[in-house]
Amino acid sequence: MASKTIKLRARAKGDTVTVKCLIKHPMETGLRKDKKTGKVIPAHFIQEVVARHNGNAVLTANWGPAVSKNPYLSFAFTGGKPGDTVSISWVDNTGDKDSAEAKIK
Amino acid sequence: MQRRTFLKGSLAGTAVAVAVGAGLLTPRAVLAAWPKSAFEAKKIDDALAELFGAADNTPSDKITIKAPDIAENGAVVPVSVNASLDGVDSIAILAAKNAQPLASSFALAGGALPQVSTRIKMGKTSDVIAVVKAGGKVYSARKNVKVTIGGCGG
Repeated sequence: MASKTIKLRARAKGDTVTVKCLIKHPMETGLRKDKKTGKVIPAHFIQEVVARHNGNAVLTANWGPAVSKNPYLSFAFTGGKPGDTVSISWVDNTGDKDSAEAKIK
Repeated sequence: MQRRTFLKGSLAGTAVAVAVGAGLLTPRAVLAAWPKSAFEAKKIDDALAELFGAADNTPSDKITIKAPDIAENGAVVPVSVNASLDGVDSIAILAAKNAQPLASSFALAGGALPQVSTRIKMGKTSDVIAVVKAGGKVYSARKNVKVTIGGCGG
């Protein structure tokens, strides 16, 4: 069940659930040069992130290369309660993807 | 010979069916939804026009941007946007002086609250602009962030 790249935490406070996640990803802009070879490091960044609550999409984020390396994302929604499932999945510009699930505490 | 051709045909058929089942043939549609022209736009107005249909926006004090006044490291600038507006559909974060200003855009659905936090790269000192679409109208706010070391590797 442990995701390779996503650390996810969802906490409920009253009716609001706050979700925080940290995704391990290089987020290369495609503008940097490798110091040793002098070649440009190709762009490699997450393009889309979908956050779901019990299977329903709550937030869809479109990211560009300007999002920092190992991106952090936090957002909140209402209507969730402890025990519900929150999931985060991402797709990057090379077609790689990953997803993680967590129960709301 | 006919049986062999028939068997070959059916094998190929199942191979395609398996590929579709495995999702190899379908994801293209999902990736195409990434708003490339908005992210590659070099001017703020172009990026907004690609995202929202038009570049018009009304400055609103109901949008708060929390970001450091001075960012030590332009590669990791934490930005939080909170909009106390009704009916927020989407929030976009732009860095005015980046080569490609649009950094990220969030589409809210279900019970999502109009607040997002993330970290962006800033090439140099500039305004961080939050653009929020709520109830059919587009609002914006900006905050100046000083950057000591540029974040794009330049």
